[in-house]
Amino acid sequence: MKNWPEPFNLVVCGVGGQGNILISRLIGRILTAQGYIVSIGETFGAAQRGGSVFSSLRISKKRLYGPLIPEGRANVILSLEPMEALRQMKFLGNPEVMVLSNSKIVQPVDVLVGRDNYPDFDKLKSTITNLSKHAWFVPATDIALDLGSPIVTNIVMLGALVGSKTMPISLKQAEDEVRATIPDSQIELNLEALKKGYQAALGADAA
Amino acid sequence: MNNRKSRGTTSFLLGNEAIARAALEAGIHFASGYPGTPSSEIIRTIVPYAEKSNVHVEWSVNEKVACEGAAAAAFAGLRSLAAMKNAGLSVALDFLTHLSMTGLGANNGSMVVVVCDDPDGHSSGDETDSRWLARFSYAPLLEPSSIPEAKQLMRWAFELSAEYDCHVMLRSYTRLSHASTLIELEEIRQKGVQSHTDSSVSISPYLAIDKHADVIKRLARIRERFEDSSFNTYEGPDRPELIIICGGSGYLCVRDAVESLGIDQSVGILKLATLWPFPKQLVADHLARTDRFLIAEEVDPYIEIHVKETMVDDGRNGKQIFGKESGHIPAYGEITPDRVISALADIRGMEYTGRSAEYGKKIAAQADPLIVGRGLAWCPGCPHRATFWALEKAIKQDRRNAYLTGDIGCYTLDVFPGGKSLQNLLHAMGSGAGLASGLGQLGRFGYEQPVIAVCGDSTFFHASIPALINAVTNRSNLIQVVLDNQATAMTGFQPHPGTGTNALGQQAPKIEIEDLCRAMGCRVTVADPFDVRSSIRTIRHLLKEDTGVRVLIMRRTCELVRMREENFKPVTVSVDDEKCKGDECRICTSEFRCPGLVWDDLEGYASIREDICSGCGVCADICPFNAIAKEEVA
Repeated sequence: MKNWPEPFNLVVCGVGGQGNILISRLIGRILTAQGYIVSIGETFGAAQRGGSVFSSLRISKKRLYGPLIPEGRANVILSLEPMEALRQMKFLGNPEVMVLSNSKIVQPVDVLVGRDNYPDFDKLKSTITNLSKHAWFVPATDIALDLGSPIVTNIVMLGALVGSKTMPISLKQAEDEVRATIPDSQIELNLEALKKGYQAALGADAA
Repeated sequence: MNNRKSRGTTSFLLGNEAIARAALEAGIHFASGYPGTPSSEIIRTIVPYAEKSNVHVEWSVNEKVACEGAAAAAFAGLRSLAAMKNAGLSVALDFLTHLSMTGLGANNGSMVVVVCDDPDGHSSGDETDSRWLARFSYAPLLEPSSIPEAKQLMRWAFELSAEYDCHVMLRSYTRLSHASTLIELEEIRQKGVQSHTDSSVSISPYLAIDKHADVIKRLARIRERFEDSSFNTYEGPDRPELIIICGGSGYLCVRDAVESLGIDQSVGILKLATLWPFPKQLVADHLARTDRFLIAEEVDPYIEIHVKETMVDDGRNGKQIFGKESGHIPAYGEITPDRVISALADIRGMEYTGRSAEYGKKIAAQADPLIVGRGLAWCPGCPHRATFWALEKAIKQDRRNAYLTGDIGCYTLDVFPGGKSLQNLLHAMGSGAGLASGLGQLGRFGYEQPVIAVCGDSTFFHASIPALINAVTNRSNLIQVVLDNQATAMTGFQPHPGTGTNALGQQAPKIEIEDLCRAMGCRVTVADPFDVRSSIRTIRHLLKEDTGVRVLIMRRTCELVRMREENFKPVTVSVDDEKCKGDECRICTSEFRCPGLVWDDLEGYASIREDICSGCGVCADICPFNAIAKEEVA
């Protein structure tokens, strides 16, 4: 990659249960296989139950970094839920950050209860776009539902990340990792999800 | 490590997986633990090796029993591991303090206790710092700064344990246990041994004074060993302007901070991995290098206090120590690169911002107003949501202001934004029953409120039983609700004595909660939380009974476990917008609070999120206008 920032910091975020851990590990292993030194930090446990979750990936050509990204230093934010992308930008964002987000929202419990309001989606989208270098919004949940399984929403987003060309990952490398990791009965579905996400990012206008 | 296809001699491992792998490579025979975030993956990782590598693996009923089992294996000449979270170490501590006094019986056994702390309390009710407990219980303590080092330190911990004939403690923490990186794998090789114990010898901590004197001597020998350990490292100039002394999570944060500020030519980094006994001479040697020191660690000022102690012992005055006690590093919470950056910038009088002030202003003006908190909530289809719904209704109808004592598990989410906040007192594992036992005996002081304790099935076995026996024998008056979802759900669905399976998934004798409670002298009722109306009636009835210890078992399998096994929705639900009263009611979303049921602001009525709904059908029963229809899936 040209202009490699040392280290490269990727954030994978979303809502507990959306599968951010699986894709962050897939990405970690793809990059490790290429010789990068990758460190992933995760929080799970109580946070799984509907809370905000995120994994941080520190990707280096030189040394092992700690899992925590310093303020303002995210290079790419991959989000399974749009407001969660903005939540991570709050601390880690900068004018050069690239953001890829699922466009399907998940209402926080305070919104369900009526104690709070989910932000207007168009405003959310334009804010993310204004505060980043490029932003992609991918209808990943809808694509996954079309494929018959909302569970693969995360894999659609992984495909979108590959399609965005923001990271040194080819479609073939991602496919190989899916084949190596996902249980045999689910491989075809996941490869299809990966491809649909890849195409969606290529087709989506980088705002 | 599980479910991954092999890739030769390296593997991408979680910190906990690397710790478990090291134990396997060290040739352990026995592994035990009680689940607790962030420690649970250690025992889970060993499970697949039980058969092929001949390891006894168990989920113990609690951490004290886990340590006792592991120690028994060591007394019999074997290698053992016990793993737990910080709270669990407190449960085990009574045994471990005595174990330090006896040592491991000089039978070639060895034992490592791994404790995983949770700085910031990501998944805990506290962020207690276990390092003190190693010192308190006279146990040698190692603390890794990275996953590769965790693996090496684990291997060394077993060697130390065998050499000094005592258990060794290794402290991990969330940012190590739940981080992952590429790890070199070595062969798993177990020494074939014939386990045995010597019946002619009595091993005990008596006479305590003599044993204590021996322990002090042992620790002095270990301290000498630690002074020379290659795991304690110094990097930087010979005569730096400032030395940063760190351990654990602090080290990689310090590396980030020094790199960000570009000051690696003028500051040194002393990383300590052997924290008890504290390597005083090594630290004293570095105290001679310069006059200013920053101590970067989490949670408590453990290293800091020991550095100050070393300073006094070494007769060194005029040194400046920056850290938690000077306010340069926050006195609580995790260590982060930014916390170290800000301390260093302050000490050195440097200006530093992670990003431009202009961008920061834009974030504050544009992003902040759009970000809504995302509080924790029970999963869609969770039986606990239905149980707490029934409890709330029954308590309201009872009108006597019942008081609830809570416990630790998924039902703890009751006090988070998605819950009902019915639990009035909430502390440690099993404390709900103990607190209720106390409250239920305050009648002579005019205490008239009904007392209800809630706990989960795994928690019941872990620590509620003695408290319930206490309540029965002391004639306390309470209702103990056991939310039996047939799993230790919060930590990853581990089995427990009531599930009828063991850690390996094999059939095990099933201990029925109701049989046990009856034998203890409790009156027992069993109900299904998904039968909401009947559950409310049952709770009201139990409240009216008013005296004695009444146990109500709310039994329904955890929805995530069911989905895993069955993978289908039993019912489909739909909202009839003709019957839905819209904004004037909104009970389903504002009070029942299932993520599968959302409010459609545009249309003004409830709707079902098909991608989230798990098909439990309970919402159809709580709608007062029968506007939610459920249909069984054929």
